[in-house]
Amino acid sequence: MQLPLPLPAQVPLSWYLILSVILFVTGAAGFLLRRNIITVFMCIELMLNAVNLTFIAFSHQLKQVDGNLFAFFVMVVAAAEAAVGLAIILTVFKNRSTLEVDEVSSMKL
Amino acid sequence: MDALLFLVFAAIAVGCAINLVLQTHPISSALSLVGVMGSLAVLYLLLGGEFLAAVQLIVYAGAIMVLFTFVIMLLNAGAEKKPSRKVLSTAVALPLLFTLAGIGAYFAATQTPSADVVKFGAFTAGPLEIGRALFTRYLLPFEVTSVLILIAILGAIVLARKEI
Amino acid sequence: MDFYLITLVKMALTAIVLLTCCAYAVWVERKVLAHIQLRPGPYFVGPHGLLQPLADLIKLLTKEGIVPSHVNPFFYLIAPFLAVTLGLTSIVVIPFTPPFEVLGHQVALGLTDLNIGVLFILAISGLGVYGIAIGGWASNNKYSLMGSLRSSAQMVSYELPLALAIAAPLLSINSLNFRQIVNAQEGFAFGIIPHWSIFAGPVPQILSFLIFITAAFAETNRVPFDLPEAESELVAGFHTEYSSMMFASFFMAEYANIITICCVATALFLGGWHPLWPSAYGSDLVPVVLLAGAGLMLLFHAVHAARRRTWDRFSFPVFGLLFLGLAPLFLIPVLKPVLIPFFWFVAKAGFLVFVFIWIRGTLPRFRYDQLMRFAWTFLFPLAVANLLVTGLVVALTGN
Repeated sequence: MQLPLPLPAQVPLSWYLILSVILFVTGAAGFLLRRNIITVFMCIELMLNAVNLTFIAFSHQLKQVDGNLFAFFVMVVAAAEAAVGLAIILTVFKNRSTLEVDEVSSMKL
Repeated sequence: MDALLFLVFAAIAVGCAINLVLQTHPISSALSLVGVMGSLAVLYLLLGGEFLAAVQLIVYAGAIMVLFTFVIMLLNAGAEKKPSRKVLSTAVALPLLFTLAGIGAYFAATQTPSADVVKFGAFTAGPLEIGRALFTRYLLPFEVTSVLILIAILGAIVLARKEI
Repeated sequence: MDFYLITLVKMALTAIVLLTCCAYAVWVERKVLAHIQLRPGPYFVGPHGLLQPLADLIKLLTKEGIVPSHVNPFFYLIAPFLAVTLGLTSIVVIPFTPPFEVLGHQVALGLTDLNIGVLFILAISGLGVYGIAIGGWASNNKYSLMGSLRSSAQMVSYELPLALAIAAPLLSINSLNFRQIVNAQEGFAFGIIPHWSIFAGPVPQILSFLIFITAAFAETNRVPFDLPEAESELVAGFHTEYSSMMFASFFMAEYANIITICCVATALFLGGWHPLWPSAYGSDLVPVVLLAGAGLMLLFHAVHAARRRTWDRFSFPVFGLLFLGLAPLFLIPVLKPVLIPFFWFVAKAGFLVFVFIWIRGTLPRFRYDQLMRFAWTFLFPLAVANLLVTGLVVALTGN
């Protein structure tokens, strides 16, 4: 289909990589600037997703399936991480009744 | 068509990601993240990662993020009250992050040959290809991840017990 | 351009047909439940309440949509939209008939032919929980919140046995494309037993079919697993605060999910459009006999009407003649390759929908801890064992 915009018919690989950089940096910004422990955790997931996009883009570029598999393993590890991390968050909330990362700084209860 | 799809879903992904960071309520952030994951799944499809696109939706959006929303609802987490950080730390962090983004984008743009375009359909990693590689070359990592998941399950059960 | 046009027409047709089916599934449900409980059910709007869905639609459309003052308006409004969109989406990968020829074009009923159709269904049904979860949370009401918490935990738990039950028949079929899955179930063992997944293959998948149906009840929030909207404990669960079209959206999403999951079960386990016994023994005549029988019965009752003063005197002859007129269509050679497979598909899916309603009229609701224990200590190990045994047999028979 012909488009009315001055767009290339196909996207260069670098556009995908730049998108991934933007997502990663957004995730890093949230990780550094937010205080809610759950939001911080979600920013980590966003960074993992950004990395997965590069894996799959390079997999397409090299015409090899390996990049897809790395992304698959990242997802599996992220699932395990979410299970343990959310259990930790629940325990922290039970003991300190707060979700602010700065207030969980003391080692003693 | 490819370029249009890419631009639309890249815009959705970036918009949702920025919304994730800016929203003060965790549940808004969680749903923005689901938006990012959904649009990334479409981009995976454009890149030929059929299986990964489906797994992205099933595992990430359908299980992990449901767990997040579950925990947010369970704890009845409210919006963040105080302003995020002190002004000074924001003023230091943001320029550094922009520099990081600039460097990354610069290398992404210059180090990849500009002739390389993503052709839809030039490469597909369907369930067949993934499965074949997973159970031959990557069998050991695959088995190790199963042990990892077992450990994670045990860890979650131990942490969720009442005594701790 | 042709492709886009054909796809648009198909999409519009599918949406209209699915929405009508949803509306009439509600009517069928009310009728069947009523007859199980020995009462007549909807009776007065149209003959035997046949126009009841239309009346309900008008009522719901014209009611005021209330947005309570204590809710989060954005999430409150987006939740029913999300639920109904996801509910109507997953039907697109289901094929209803084999390809046939119209005006020189090869067409088949069914929207797309995805290579990852089964995964697509799992992905969309996994996302389906968000509509309920967000709706309950945004309502800012303790009963709604309890309902959505239950629903998210329940759907994540029951997705595992569901996916494992789907995986078992796929081991011997070797495809995730629904059309190929149905094609693989063609034929008859010993000339009479159909080659469907639940009967044939290296291991008959009757166990995984039962696991799939059980998990499907939980996925669609139906009795006996309708804990998210348990009205005896939670008022109406996650949709307590919803009214008018927003409530109707949740309602439609539930019925669309039931219809889709019944179509999936038909395609995966019950052989899709393949008949129950070979056409050599007259399986092609089943729709003719059924329709003609129904038509004759209606005509008989029109003559010997039990109640003289109802609509029956007019509606019975009209519907009887309509059925009698439809019956010969299944004998016309040009229409046969479309209508007969379509009849079998619809008959099987319709029977499963009937089973859903039947169970609702029969079983009491589970308690929440029983529900979770059932999923994790019984259904999940059973599904794993079934998958292991099937995999072992498939590997040993060298498929």
